[in-house]
Amino acid sequence: MTRFTVNGTEHTADPVGPESLLTTLRDRLGLYGSKNACEQGECGSCSVILDGELVCSCLVMTADTDGSTIVTVEGLADGDTLHRVQQVMVDGSGVQCGFCTPGIVVAAAHLFDSRPDPSEEDIREALAGNICRCTGYGAIVRALEALSGDGQ
Amino acid sequence: MTTIARPRTERGIGASVTRSDAIPKVKGEFAYSSDLHAEEMLWGATVRSPHAHARIVSIDLAPALAIPGVHAALTIDDVPGRRAFGLEHADQPALADGVVRFWGEAVAVVAADDGETARRAAAAISVQYEPLAPLIDPEEAERIGSTFRVIEIVNGDPEAHGSVVVEGYYEVGQQDQAPLGTESGIAIPDDEGGVDLHISTQWLHVDHEQVVATLGLRPEQVRLHMAGIGGAFGSREDLSLQVHLCLLALHTGRPVKMVYDRAESFVGHVHRHPARMWYRHEADRHGRLRRVEARLLLDGGAYASTSSAVLANACYFAVGPYRCDAVEVHGAAARTNNPPAGAMRGFGAVQPCFGYESQMDRLAAALDIDPVDLRLMNALEPGDHLATTGQLIEGSLPTRRVIEALRAMPILDTASDDPRRLPGGTGLTTPAGSVRRGIGFAVSIKNLAFSESFDDYAEARAVLTPDGLEIHTSAAEVGQGLVSVVEQLARTVTGIEAVRMVWVDTSQIGSAGSTSASRQTQMTGGAVVAACEGVLAEALRRGGGDRLDDRGVWRGEEMVATLADLLADGPIEQLERFRHPPTERPDAQGRGNIHAGFAIAAHRAVVDVDPELGLVRVVRVDTAQDVGKAINPAAVIGQIEGGIMQGVGLAVMEEIILDQGVMKNASFTDYLLPTFLDAPDVEAILIEEPDHWGPFGAKGVGEPPTISSTPAVVAAIRAATGRDLTRVPVRPEDIVFPE
Repeated sequence: MTRFTVNGTEHTADPVGPESLLTTLRDRLGLYGSKNACEQGECGSCSVILDGELVCSCLVMTADTDGSTIVTVEGLADGDTLHRVQQVMVDGSGVQCGFCTPGIVVAAAHLFDSRPDPSEEDIREALAGNICRCTGYGAIVRALEALSGDGQ
Repeated sequence: MTTIARPRTERGIGASVTRSDAIPKVKGEFAYSSDLHAEEMLWGATVRSPHAHARIVSIDLAPALAIPGVHAALTIDDVPGRRAFGLEHADQPALADGVVRFWGEAVAVVAADDGETARRAAAAISVQYEPLAPLIDPEEAERIGSTFRVIEIVNGDPEAHGSVVVEGYYEVGQQDQAPLGTESGIAIPDDEGGVDLHISTQWLHVDHEQVVATLGLRPEQVRLHMAGIGGAFGSREDLSLQVHLCLLALHTGRPVKMVYDRAESFVGHVHRHPARMWYRHEADRHGRLRRVEARLLLDGGAYASTSSAVLANACYFAVGPYRCDAVEVHGAAARTNNPPAGAMRGFGAVQPCFGYESQMDRLAAALDIDPVDLRLMNALEPGDHLATTGQLIEGSLPTRRVIEALRAMPILDTASDDPRRLPGGTGLTTPAGSVRRGIGFAVSIKNLAFSESFDDYAEARAVLTPDGLEIHTSAAEVGQGLVSVVEQLARTVTGIEAVRMVWVDTSQIGSAGSTSASRQTQMTGGAVVAACEGVLAEALRRGGGDRLDDRGVWRGEEMVATLADLLADGPIEQLERFRHPPTERPDAQGRGNIHAGFAIAAHRAVVDVDPELGLVRVVRVDTAQDVGKAINPAAVIGQIEGGIMQGVGLAVMEEIILDQGVMKNASFTDYLLPTFLDAPDVEAILIEEPDHWGPFGAKGVGEPPTISSTPAVVAAIRAATGRDLTRVPVRPEDIVFPE
């Protein structure tokens, strides 16, 4: 049995062998926000924050997360109040098909939590592990740049 | 030019309205086809061929069925209806039918209690193959007559020749659409022998036709429902797991879900056709194009998919957006044992554009003319005839204006010492002093909507409710922003702000046609406008007023009926089927009024190259694009930036590598996609000249960004390096070690 906290709620899971945290989140806990696009750690669509670290949940074994605290995309907004990263993605046309979006908002939230005034290049580097096939990235970078140094 | 109606609402056409699905998407609440589940659900998995070509000697399902938790293992013998499917020709067996014709072809499917058990069961099925020699060379295929279609176009003055001649041979590698969402879905059997399939697809109704035929059921027994779509770019035009899911669900009597992993997705959908192209351009000494001869060979792979239509596009657009006195084009789509090729953004217009734009640059060099001047001199305009088909250009086609607008745009200086802005990036391989910069320019033309006499239509229904207006449709929102376009059009036409797009299943509405060929803004948009006009007219008639809004009908400043009053006599709804102007099949020489409309784009790329290591950074790609009317400018920019990124990917990194028909890089580790750090800056100018059909003169905007961005980038690399570069993607060795 593995016990961990996801978005403030304690969970217990009984993963099968090397089951990934992504599989556990999606298929056992019903948290479908984290996406399965490559399951190889290349695209970032499954990004979650594990004990303060940004990780690809597809590369983490659930059995290794005993006692951990996890934040997924479902844990960013406060009810109807979006996380500021989510809000600028909505307002700045940073969303198209949206399949990469959960991973990008998690990675961007982690970036702004750890570094309040990233430059454009810092944003690009921090998100270089998140592949988006729709937007060409421009709208996302512009949306996030507007948050840089806004003091929150 | 047509007068454009002004938006009657702030959130109507012309406004950069936020898309209504953005909030659920950023919260992780939007349900994609891979996020669906049902009580008592089983998981499916697929057995795939390890050979590019082989005869199936035997299939032993028993080892799989012996595994606890396995509920079904099915082969072609379990397909009750038509054994094959296909978008244009039903030539692809639903499961391998005695022979496998490409690496990764589906041979059998299983259903089990969970995904892991399903995968183990698939691996346990024992298939005995007798390998056969694969036909992998498209030239050999054409030589022996193994083709899906051959096209010959002869047009113009047979005596026309020019004194300045350039010839070239060009190749385009195979690009993958790589939508982030893999193929996935869920089939749920009803208790009367039918099935509901929830799927992400580009065209719900054509999937329905094919699924019904293979299942051998009546159409009403199969209902297809649109699920959330994680991108498409052409990869969801053909069937993948639709039939398999339904077979398993009907066989087990339980819901069955399948989700391809990335490696399976690479073989589970068709890709862009790789191309080999020979070109000869002749111009007079002033630069006027006199004759273009081209031979285009596309590798269609093992099954037909859309090869015949892709080839047609390649041939019809072989000369590009230019006038020319004489044209001879020979095109063939080869049938081989490589993985099937089909639709991808740009649909056959991409490959020749790399050829003809490379040729235009060679011609400009031979003439000692500025390459942009050469393009302007030959630019195709309304009143001209397309050089290949001879079709008179009607509607808008601002080729000169697009080119001139882009040429006049200043190049923003983005020189930077930040190593992340240099070729090689954080690898710190390239000193700033050794970087060479180049600039390239390219122009493209693309048809809008379906061609060659296809009966192309879209249905939409507008329904007035006490809470506002609903638009019912089956049109695929693949991410492009149709949801905003539809809602904005409905607001502008009716005056009602509260508009909601509702996706209904195949039993409730007719086809919207495919989300492809850049067609939904014009086609579904056209149907929505007509349906909304009908609802508006009926509402005003019932209310006896002259204006409608969210509260009701008004006469001048006086409200004469609430929405509820209007509906007291029954619902107000209007179903419309929209068609674009009719098109023709080509005659024996490839001529005719084959297309419904066209759009132009131009791209100007700036690249930095490390010539010693062959590394390229695409610094910026600026563009001007002919959009007719931008219904949602922010969404248009999103299509432009995303489309350019895919064009850049084809130019410098994206290629499926085949060895004897076997895919060597079916993963995001080995098939490189552009990242945030690879993305160029983009400045875009939208040229708005309303077209002769489509809502408010709007044109489709999805494909043009992907077409000439590729040759523009390659032209820039040529300018930086002096290399010929006749193949995309350009590899480091093409720069460092040219032949």
